[in-house]
Amino acid sequence: MRALRAFLHRLRGLFSRCADFDSELDSHLQLHIDDNLRAGMSPEEARRQALLQLGGLEQTRQAMRERSTLPWAETLAQDLRFALRQLRKSPGFTTVVVVTLALGIGVNTALFSIVNTVLLHPIDAPRPNDLLAIDASKPNFETGSISYPNFRDWQRDNRSLADIAVFRHQGWIMTGNGDAERVRGNFITSNFFHLLGVQPVLGRLFSAGEDEIGRAPIAVLGGGFWARKFASDPNVIGRSITLDGRDYTIVGVIPASFDFQYGAFLPEDIYLPIGQWDTKALTLRGAGLGIHGIARLKPGVSLAQAQADMNNVSDHLAAAFPQADRGLRASLRPLRQAVVGDVQPILVMLLAAVGFVLLIACVNVANLLLARSSARAQEFGVRLALGASRGRIVRQILTESTLLALAGGTLGLVLAAWGTHAALSLVPQALPRASHIHLSPPVLAFSFLISFATGILFGLIPAWKVAAQPPQTILREGGRTVHGSRHRTQDWLVVFEMAAAVVLLAGAGLTLRSLFALSHTDPGFDPNGVLRFSVAAPNSPAIDNPVGARAYLRRLDQQLRSVPGISAVSLTNGGLPMTGDDDEELFWLQNEPKPADANDMHWSLLYIVEPGYLSIMRIPLVRGRWFTDADREDTPHVVVIDQDLAREDFGNTDPIGKVINLTNPDDTQATVVGVVGHVLQWGLDNDAGFPLHAQIYLPLGQLNGWQLVSTTGFFYDVLVRAAHPDAVFADIQSATHRMNSAQVVWRPLTMNQIIDETLAARRFSMILFGAFAALALLLASVGLYGVISYLVGQRTQEMAIRMALGANRGDVLRWVLRRGAALAGIGVATGTLAALLVTRAMAGISLARSSIIYGVHPWDPITILSVVVVLMLVALLASYVPARRAASVDPMQALRSE
Amino acid sequence: MPDKSDVWQGTLALMVLKTLETMGPQHGYGIARRIEQTSGDRLALNYGTLYPALLKLEQEGAIVSEWGTSDNNRRAKFYRLTRAGRKQLGREARTWEQAAAIVARFLSPAEES
Repeated sequence: MRALRAFLHRLRGLFSRCADFDSELDSHLQLHIDDNLRAGMSPEEARRQALLQLGGLEQTRQAMRERSTLPWAETLAQDLRFALRQLRKSPGFTTVVVVTLALGIGVNTALFSIVNTVLLHPIDAPRPNDLLAIDASKPNFETGSISYPNFRDWQRDNRSLADIAVFRHQGWIMTGNGDAERVRGNFITSNFFHLLGVQPVLGRLFSAGEDEIGRAPIAVLGGGFWARKFASDPNVIGRSITLDGRDYTIVGVIPASFDFQYGAFLPEDIYLPIGQWDTKALTLRGAGLGIHGIARLKPGVSLAQAQADMNNVSDHLAAAFPQADRGLRASLRPLRQAVVGDVQPILVMLLAAVGFVLLIACVNVANLLLARSSARAQEFGVRLALGASRGRIVRQILTESTLLALAGGTLGLVLAAWGTHAALSLVPQALPRASHIHLSPPVLAFSFLISFATGILFGLIPAWKVAAQPPQTILREGGRTVHGSRHRTQDWLVVFEMAAAVVLLAGAGLTLRSLFALSHTDPGFDPNGVLRFSVAAPNSPAIDNPVGARAYLRRLDQQLRSVPGISAVSLTNGGLPMTGDDDEELFWLQNEPKPADANDMHWSLLYIVEPGYLSIMRIPLVRGRWFTDADREDTPHVVVIDQDLAREDFGNTDPIGKVINLTNPDDTQATVVGVVGHVLQWGLDNDAGFPLHAQIYLPLGQLNGWQLVSTTGFFYDVLVRAAHPDAVFADIQSATHRMNSAQVVWRPLTMNQIIDETLAARRFSMILFGAFAALALLLASVGLYGVISYLVGQRTQEMAIRMALGANRGDVLRWVLRRGAALAGIGVATGTLAALLVTRAMAGISLARSSIIYGVHPWDPITILSVVVVLMLVALLASYVPARRAASVDPMQALRSE
Repeated sequence: MPDKSDVWQGTLALMVLKTLETMGPQHGYGIARRIEQTSGDRLALNYGTLYPALLKLEQEGAIVSEWGTSDNNRRAKFYRLTRAGRKQLGREARTWEQAAAIVARFLSPAEES
C-alpha cells in the first residue's frame, strides 16, 4: 500500500518536475552556514564545511531527482520521444513497416476473433466443460438417436450424471396468427434449458414432469420469434398458439441471444415438451426418431467414470430388452468436442497458416530495420564511442520497433474489423456461434499482445547485430561498406520468407485442387435443374383416411406439374441425397429366416419416391425397370435397388425378380424390379466415410394408406425438375396456395445450392488459405525487392567501377538478377521440401469424414510445380526492378559522388 | 543502490520519524543536527542522504512538509509527522528493538547462561 502510494507520487513526478529541491537545499546550506558562522568560522570556511557535510550539492540534487521520479520511465519517455522523431524523419520507411505489420496483425486478429468464439467459447453456458453430448451408439451409427424409453431409463438408472436432457428438431404449421406459416422448433425435455443455464426473459420454463406423455400442451417461445410474431408483447403469457391444428398455451419466452447449436439442434422459434410429440413411435424402445441428448457431469466425476457407469446401465437394459437394446450403448463425448468437432482441425490449420503470414511480415520488417540500422550505424557508433551503454542502444532500437509494431497493430485492428466482416460472409453454417464472432476484449488483448511480441521479435535481430559490433568497426566502416554478416542475415531472412511462401502456396493450391476435384465428382445424379422444397398441410377429416390422402397427393402432384417450366415432380419421404436427411430400411432375403432382431437384418438407405424421381434426378437405370404409375397400392409390391446393394446382397446373380422381405411397411414381401446407379448420399466427399451405402427405393404409391398422412397432417419433401429451378418457386407457392390456403411450401433450394453448402467448410478454408498464401507471396516478394534494392544501393560504387572498367549494362542486370534468383532459388528449394512434409500432415487433417486434401495427391506434382514457377517468376520480377535501376546508373556520376 | 545502504536508509527513516516525534515539526537541517546530537556525535551523517529519505517518507505518506520560517528567521521547509507516520514509527521501533535484542543475545552468550 505504502509502496503503491510512493509509486503514484513518483509517476506524477514524471510529469511535474518540482524546483522545490533547489530552494530546500539552499535553505539547508543557509541554516548550516549561519550555525558555522556562529561557531566562529570565516564566511568561506563556513560555506565550505556546510557543502562538505552535505556531500556535494549536485549529487544530492541528483539523488532527490531520482527519488522523486521513476528513472526507468524517464528513459523510456526519452526513448519514445527520440523514436517518434526518428520515425517522422523517414515517413516512407515508417509507412511500409506499419502497413506490413498491419496486414500481418490484421489477418491474425481477424482469424483469432473467429477462433476465440468458435473454438474457445463454442458453448455459452455455465461450466461448459462439464457438458456432454449423449447418443445411442448402435452397430451402424456411432452417435445414433436415443429412443424415448431408453432415455427415461438412462436418466433414472445412472449415478454419474447430474442430468440428461434430450431434444428433437421439428417443424409445424402455425395457423390463427396471420397467414398459415411454417415454424420451426424443438421438442425438449423440461430440464433442457436448466442444463444449459438458460433463464426465461418472460414467464417460466417447463417444470419437471410437464415433459411427460399426456400432459397439458404448453410452449416456450424463442426471443426472436416473440419479437417477430408478437412484437415482444409482455402479455403473451397465457395466450395460445396453434401448431398443426393444436393449441399450446405459451408459458415463457427465452432470450433472443440463446445461440446453442449442436447437431440438429438450432435455436428456433418454438419449444414444446417432448411428451407432446404425437407419434406412436415415441414409446417404442427400438425407434430411431432422431432424438439426441446433452448431459451434465456430476461435480468431481470424470468422463471415463461416467462412460463406465453408462455402459453398466446400457448392459442392464440390453439384458432386459434384448430385442431393442442388444448392442446398444449410451455413448458420451465432451459437448465442446461434439459442437466444434469438424471445424477444429481446419481452424487450427488456418491459425498456423496465418501465424506464418505474421512471421513473414516480421521478417520483412526485421530486414528493413536491418538495412536502416546499417545506414544508422554511424549514429550508433558515435553514441557508443561517447559512452552510451550497449543496453541503452538496444533499448532504443527495441523502443522504436515496439512503437512501429503498436502502430501496425492499431491499423491492423481496423483491417481485422473489416476482415472479420468479410470472412463471416463465407462462414459455413456449421460454424458454432458464428453470429457472436466480433472483436471482443480478449481479441483486442490478443492483438495487442502479438503486436508487442512482434515488435520485440523483429527488433531483436538488428538490435543484436548492433550490440555485437565493436564501435570502432562501425565508425571505421562509416556505415557505408557492406557488412558481410549483416548481409548474410538479410539473405537468410529472405530465403526463409520464400520458403514459408512456398509452403503456404502449396497448401492453398492443394485445397483449391481438392475443391476443383470435388466439383468434378459425379454425385450419381444430375443436380442441374433440380429444385427441392418442403410442403405441408394440416390434417383434416377429408384426408385423414387412405383414400382421401391418396386423392390429395395426386391432386398436389398435378397441381405442381401444371406449373410452367416444371417437367417432373416427385414427392419423397425418407432420405434425400446431400441434404443430410436419411432414412433406413431393414430387410432380409427370401432364402433367409427372419432375423431375431434389427442388428442381424440387412440395412440400407431408404428413399420413398414417386415415378417422376428417376427423370428428375437422372440416375442411370442399369437393369430392369423403374416405377410407373401402375405400381399402386393394389398391385404387387416392388422395389428398385442400387448397384451397391445388388453387389452386397446378390453378388453375381441377377437381382431382378428376387424377392426381399421389408420390415417397413410391416413385413411386406417385395420384388426387385430394377437396379439403378449408386448415388452419393452423404456429400461429394464424405460418402466413403459412412458405413452404410446400399440403397433401396420404394414407390410412395405402394405405402400403406395410413402411412401417407400423420395425425398432424401432410409433410413431404418435393423434388421437381424445372427449366429455371431458381426462379420457379414463386409459381409453386401460388399454385399450392390456390389448391389449399392452409398448405405451406418453404425452404426452396436448388440441388446445386445443397451440394454447395456441403462444400462450404472446404470453400471457407480454401478462400482463407488462399488469401493467406497470396498475402505471404506479396510480403515475401516485397521482402526480396527490399533486399535486392538495398544490395543495389550499397553496391552502386562497385557497379560503377565495373561499368567503368568495361562491363556493359546487360552484365550488371544479369548479375543483380542472378543474385535475386539465387536467393529465391534456395528459398523455393527448402520451401518445397518443407511443403512436402506439411502437405502430408495436411492430408491427415479431416473435414467431417474425408481429408482436407481430397482427390489429389498431397505431393501433387502439378500443384508443387506451379507454385515453384509462380514464386520464381514473382522473385525475378521483384529483382528486375532494382536490377534495372542498377543497370541505368551513370558510372561517372556514381563515382564522383564518392 | 547496494543492500547495505538500504539498511542504512531503513534506520535513517526510523531516526527521522523518531526525531520528528520528539521535536515536533522540524526542517531538514534541524533533523540532521538532532540525529547527530542524539547519537552523541558518534554518527557522522552525510546530510545529503537525508533529503532522498525525507522525500521517500513523504511519498509514502508518513510525513508532510510545508514552508515556514526558522528560529533565526530563515525560510525553511518543515516536516511534520502524520498519523500514518506515527503508526509506522511504532511498528518499526518495535521491529528494530526485537532485532537489536536478538543480535545482542548472540554477541553476549556467556552472560545469558
